[in-house]
Amino acid sequence: MKFSYLSLARQALGGHQGWPEQWRSPAPKSAYDAIIVGAGGHGLATAYYMAKEHGMRNIAVLEKGWLGGGNTGRNTTIIRSNYLWEPSEAIYGHAHKLWHGLSQELNYNVMFSPRGVMLIAHSHHDEQSFKRHIYANRLAGTQNEWLTPEQAKAFCPLLNIDPSMRYPIVGAALQRTGGTARHDAVAWGYARGASTLGVDIIENCEVKGIARDASGAVSGLETTRGPIATKRIGVVAAGNTSVVMAMAGVRMPLESFPLQALVSEPLKPIMPCVVMSNTIHAYMSQSDKGELVIGAGTDAYTSYSQTGGLHIATQTLEAICEMFPTVSRLRMLRNWGGIVDVTPDRSPIISKTPVPGLFVNCGWGTGGFKATPGSGHVFAHQVATGEPHPINAPFTLDRFRTGALINEAAAAAVAH
Amino acid sequence: MTGDNRVQSGGRIDRAKPIGFTFDGKKFTGFAGDTLASALLANGVHLMGRSFKYHRPRGLLTMGSEEPNALVGVGSQESRFTPNLRATQVELYEGLTAVSQNNWPSLSLDFQAVNGLFSSFIPAGFYYKTFMHPKGAWESLYEPLIRRAAGLGRAPKARDADHYANLYAHCDVAIVGAGPAGLAAALAAARGGARVMLFDEQAELGGSLLAESAARIDGKPAADWLAATLAELAAAPHVTLLPRTQIFGYYAQNFLAGLERVSDHLASPDPKLPRERLWRVRAKRVVLAAGAHERPLVFPDNDRPGIMLADAARGFLARYGVTPGARAVIATAHDSAYRAALELAQAGVAIALIADLRPNAEGEWPEAARKAGLRVETGAAIVGTRGHLRVSHALVAKRWADGSAGRGEAIACDLIAMSGGWTPSVHLFSQSRGKLAFDETLQAFVPDVSAQAERSAGACRGAFALSEALADGAAAGAAAVSAAAPAPVSVEGAPAAHGGFLGLSPPHGDPQKSKAFVDFQNDVTARDVTLATREGMRSIEHIKRYTTTGMATDQGKTSNMNALAIASQALGKTIPQVGLTTFRLPYTPVTFASIAGMSRRELFDPVRQTPLHAWAAENGATFEEAGLWKRASYFKRPGEDVKAAVARECLGTRERAGMMDASTLGKIEVVGPDAAEFLNRLYINAFAKLGVGRCRYGLMLNEAGYVMDDGVIARLAQDRFHVTTTSVGAAHVITLMEDFAQTEWPDLKVWFTSTTEQWATIAINGPRARQMLEPLVEGIDISAAAMPHLSMREGHICGVPTRLARVSFTGELGFEVNVPADYGRAIWEAIWAEGRKVDCVVYGLDVLLILRAEKGFIVVGQETDGTVTPDDLGLGKMIAQSKPDFVGKRSLAMPDLAREGRKQLVGLLPDDSQFKLDEGAQVVDAIAPAIGTSALGHVTSSYFSPTLGRTFAMALVAGGRSRIGGTAYVTTMQGTALVRIVEPIFYDKEGKRLDA
Repeated sequence: MKFSYLSLARQALGGHQGWPEQWRSPAPKSAYDAIIVGAGGHGLATAYYMAKEHGMRNIAVLEKGWLGGGNTGRNTTIIRSNYLWEPSEAIYGHAHKLWHGLSQELNYNVMFSPRGVMLIAHSHHDEQSFKRHIYANRLAGTQNEWLTPEQAKAFCPLLNIDPSMRYPIVGAALQRTGGTARHDAVAWGYARGASTLGVDIIENCEVKGIARDASGAVSGLETTRGPIATKRIGVVAAGNTSVVMAMAGVRMPLESFPLQALVSEPLKPIMPCVVMSNTIHAYMSQSDKGELVIGAGTDAYTSYSQTGGLHIATQTLEAICEMFPTVSRLRMLRNWGGIVDVTPDRSPIISKTPVPGLFVNCGWGTGGFKATPGSGHVFAHQVATGEPHPINAPFTLDRFRTGALINEAAAAAVAH
Repeated sequence: MTGDNRVQSGGRIDRAKPIGFTFDGKKFTGFAGDTLASALLANGVHLMGRSFKYHRPRGLLTMGSEEPNALVGVGSQESRFTPNLRATQVELYEGLTAVSQNNWPSLSLDFQAVNGLFSSFIPAGFYYKTFMHPKGAWESLYEPLIRRAAGLGRAPKARDADHYANLYAHCDVAIVGAGPAGLAAALAAARGGARVMLFDEQAELGGSLLAESAARIDGKPAADWLAATLAELAAAPHVTLLPRTQIFGYYAQNFLAGLERVSDHLASPDPKLPRERLWRVRAKRVVLAAGAHERPLVFPDNDRPGIMLADAARGFLARYGVTPGARAVIATAHDSAYRAALELAQAGVAIALIADLRPNAEGEWPEAARKAGLRVETGAAIVGTRGHLRVSHALVAKRWADGSAGRGEAIACDLIAMSGGWTPSVHLFSQSRGKLAFDETLQAFVPDVSAQAERSAGACRGAFALSEALADGAAAGAAAVSAAAPAPVSVEGAPAAHGGFLGLSPPHGDPQKSKAFVDFQNDVTARDVTLATREGMRSIEHIKRYTTTGMATDQGKTSNMNALAIASQALGKTIPQVGLTTFRLPYTPVTFASIAGMSRRELFDPVRQTPLHAWAAENGATFEEAGLWKRASYFKRPGEDVKAAVARECLGTRERAGMMDASTLGKIEVVGPDAAEFLNRLYINAFAKLGVGRCRYGLMLNEAGYVMDDGVIARLAQDRFHVTTTSVGAAHVITLMEDFAQTEWPDLKVWFTSTTEQWATIAINGPRARQMLEPLVEGIDISAAAMPHLSMREGHICGVPTRLARVSFTGELGFEVNVPADYGRAIWEAIWAEGRKVDCVVYGLDVLLILRAEKGFIVVGQETDGTVTPDDLGLGKMIAQSKPDFVGKRSLAMPDLAREGRKQLVGLLPDDSQFKLDEGAQVVDAIAPAIGTSALGHVTSSYFSPTLGRTFAMALVAGGRSRIGGTAYVTTMQGTALVRIVEPIFYDKEGKRLDA
């Protein structure tokens, strides 16, 4: 059923008895043409575009828990595309274009809200780095601009630009077209879209093994709901990617860290945009419900625990109170963690693997949500055709052997 | 008004101490010991809030921290205003100013209540189905409207006037909850000699005993037993009692986090007192005695002001002497509400009816109610209510066997006291990663397998009766100190109460047409939950997120079990099959500032100052951030602008001499028989044969083959090196050294000591540098012949031991004086006095950066960004090819690191010699590059050189060395600028000045 005012009005008159389920809950078939492992935003988007753009209807998405329950449902939903290197600009820019119009594409309001993402510079080094990004972005046609502290405050009146700050604000980089979206709606919208196109989404189905034929190519999966045959597998399992890939004997250049986020109690609007400070690790926006949504840095040690340490949340709230002094009496309502998979160059891997028929999309680290539509779109091409889409071609697994890294962290993180 | 609804005696308030306060500008009076909630109730005020979505009028549902409805803003000054506080937790003090929230124009007349009329058009998740057209209208039209309507209270507009403290503590036994179970546990543990900490969220310790009027414990009235117990605990030196302290987080290794409200309840607190204190407690054993929450019944319009939980109604009477109504209908499925009915009746509240959902009610409490002459109807359901700002009628109907109910009979009342039974508070247990099990008899989740050194006791694990809770608590306390459980104390007058009901109360007619609230604050109704299941939300997590049930500020304390039961029925599954959502911290909301503590402004991060900082500050330095350090940028003189100061310092150094504080440079003492071998493996350069007394520039790569740090390394002895690093990289480098020594090369005998702060480092550069030092140095021949460039000597300066190096980062004759930090300023002043004789200047970081760039020296982090190899910088020749290995060597052989066309360091001279390029600007081939053009590279450093009288820059450019002599363009904010590509050295190419 198409979602619209009309259908809502009709259903209202019928007591909402006639809404169909948004996605089916089928039992797994014995075989599929392709299987995506992991029903997060990226996995569901991949299946959706495989069905829609590559005509593959006999495919399934397997999920060990509930769809959208990993980092898709835990992140702070920041969307921007002002990355430094051309391959990054291409993939995040591709995603950014798809965000515009995604609600209409899916007939599901994902609440994409381009309210502006502002990165705060606290030092001369930050300023150099941000300006380098801005110049690179302008050349690539990616919107990004430099603001003085006063301009930054005008854009976000809550911001403290007092020189008495420990790390005074020297300026900011603003991407006006950046913003946020409703994370659950993204997972649900893609799930509904994929399911409608015939994709089987199978929740509570954990992958326990990857079967291979005599040639070494994949031949199926062992799951908690029985064996399923397939010749193409796309692994999109975020923090658990290493675990799944090890089942096929592929060792991944990934480290998994807990990443925390928290929200305040709901408040009337005070925060008109997204503000990020990489230097002191504070990220804040306000949800449509009114909660301040706050992101922290990763824990210092690798772990699969979905509870981060209090000391990490402490550092973040210190930074939040320093940058936005009037929020200090507000209260933390909920604090949680997720497991992020981090590559050595902080860029994703969207690639074929040494195992024929096995593909992987991982390594999005702390910032994968923004890429969801683009990532799914190009990975669908990769899995469906076996060959990379031009946009994901640089994001190979092999780059860690050739040295052709796409180092987004290095350019931003090394201070002097 | 002093309280029309206050009984003459009883309760824990002090009637001799009236307290004035205001709510929405209206003046009221309460008593010491009141909460805002009890004082408003005493004054006949039931309407205290508006709900989130439909803006329904709401009164108190509960008496505690689980309150979803009565949220208020408190504080007369903007700098002390706090929104979203539960009126049930706000303690009354003279002058308290509270306001209602989320309504316009007023609490009793709220225009947004119009939402309720359209409720059938805005069910759960409606916003996912609408607001999509026209494209772009979401962000421009709908979202701003929704954002304005959403949210609860308003944030304060002024900076917080209070301060907050952090405390760390250790104990043998931490007990959470000071009700009967917690107190019994504390007694047992304290008598066993343990260090006990007892935490409770309320202002008074005692939990349910504070409202216990009938029971006798150990032969005494419960209140007397409580007083005696608290007195014993307070007298025990190893026991810490912490009322007003909510343990909100249970982390790994028995680490508890708690929030203590220190001064919010005081009319004029000592300004030295913090507002709140954050406790971080590590406990050997933890006893959770967190109690239980009463559940609402889910019937249509169960949310009007005057409808509250039965034990809350009883509690307001017992604790505060307040009758919450004149005529009550009791709606229940649990015996405990009968007790409420009895006590309310005794206080003069007319009990119109006790409507019990259960077919039979035969426990001791129901019998007592019948005996007292109260009207009891069993098999009776509430199928609706009437009233607007206060409930006026309950619609009571017969419950049928098919799960529905008949037409309701309207019974006039101004209070409905309801009870669906009790839900054990398992939040902290669940946070501790303990496993829950569903108890079919209790119809509740209870703790099953502990994950930490923890035990639950009392109502939070289903031991509800007072006698059970006391015995269970005592056993838990004794077990925590490995003692035998003490003999149980006698309890009289507190019979066990049984019963309970989960889910939608039997409805009359179509439940889809009524609003039976599950989550009060977020306005989630039973039909929203069933709608979610109809739409394919099968996981309780999906149901929660789709309907927002359990996501309000009470985090589902009163709603989760009812939502779960309704969902499980709709899905045709059992409750344990559907499962619970994850319990996340905090248990109740925690002030940001309490977690942040004192870390604000200069205390946000430590400030590192060099031993020469004060001198620089006294002499006009402007400082900038460099990691934790403050470094002097330049020294402006009166009347000078930045450019003039920089020019004076540059020219002064080049022409005569300049002094700079270089103390921030990282310094590491590397010692041991294998020290040389270690450095040989860590740096690209060769160190094995470096002579004693000699220095060498060292370049360090990461394992990926990219430049990571640099510095000058001096050999002081066969087995001792003085290693310098970049200022910001020092901590990372020594960590890396330890890492390699401990994990990769444990066979090497080598040790590392950070000496950054042990030495004050003074750089003296310029043609007159030697002249300045000569009179002061003892025991070192600093002549050019005896002490060539790149050497280090130990001796004395002004009688102080020194490590004197001859190095230069400016291209001039340069020395670096290292002296123990405490002598730094004295030595600096001594050299400065000599310097004045030769017209020496003092220069800052800005000047250093220009001087080094004129010579083409790189700065790590500026010319490098983690993607740059030594060869890219033109430093490939430094690599000691003969070495079998060094960190990064393998990676340098990777195809991409050895390919043609990599970006290489070059110099740029803008065609307009006075135009300064922006650092970070892109180098391109075309004057007007098309969108999507690949850049050739970027500008890494760019300055105006006073020495050259023009601007210049360094850049990383693809195939840069082969482009030298050619031209390119550089992007600016206005367009592109033409530049000449040159060798990256602009001054004294032969290096003659260095060797002077």
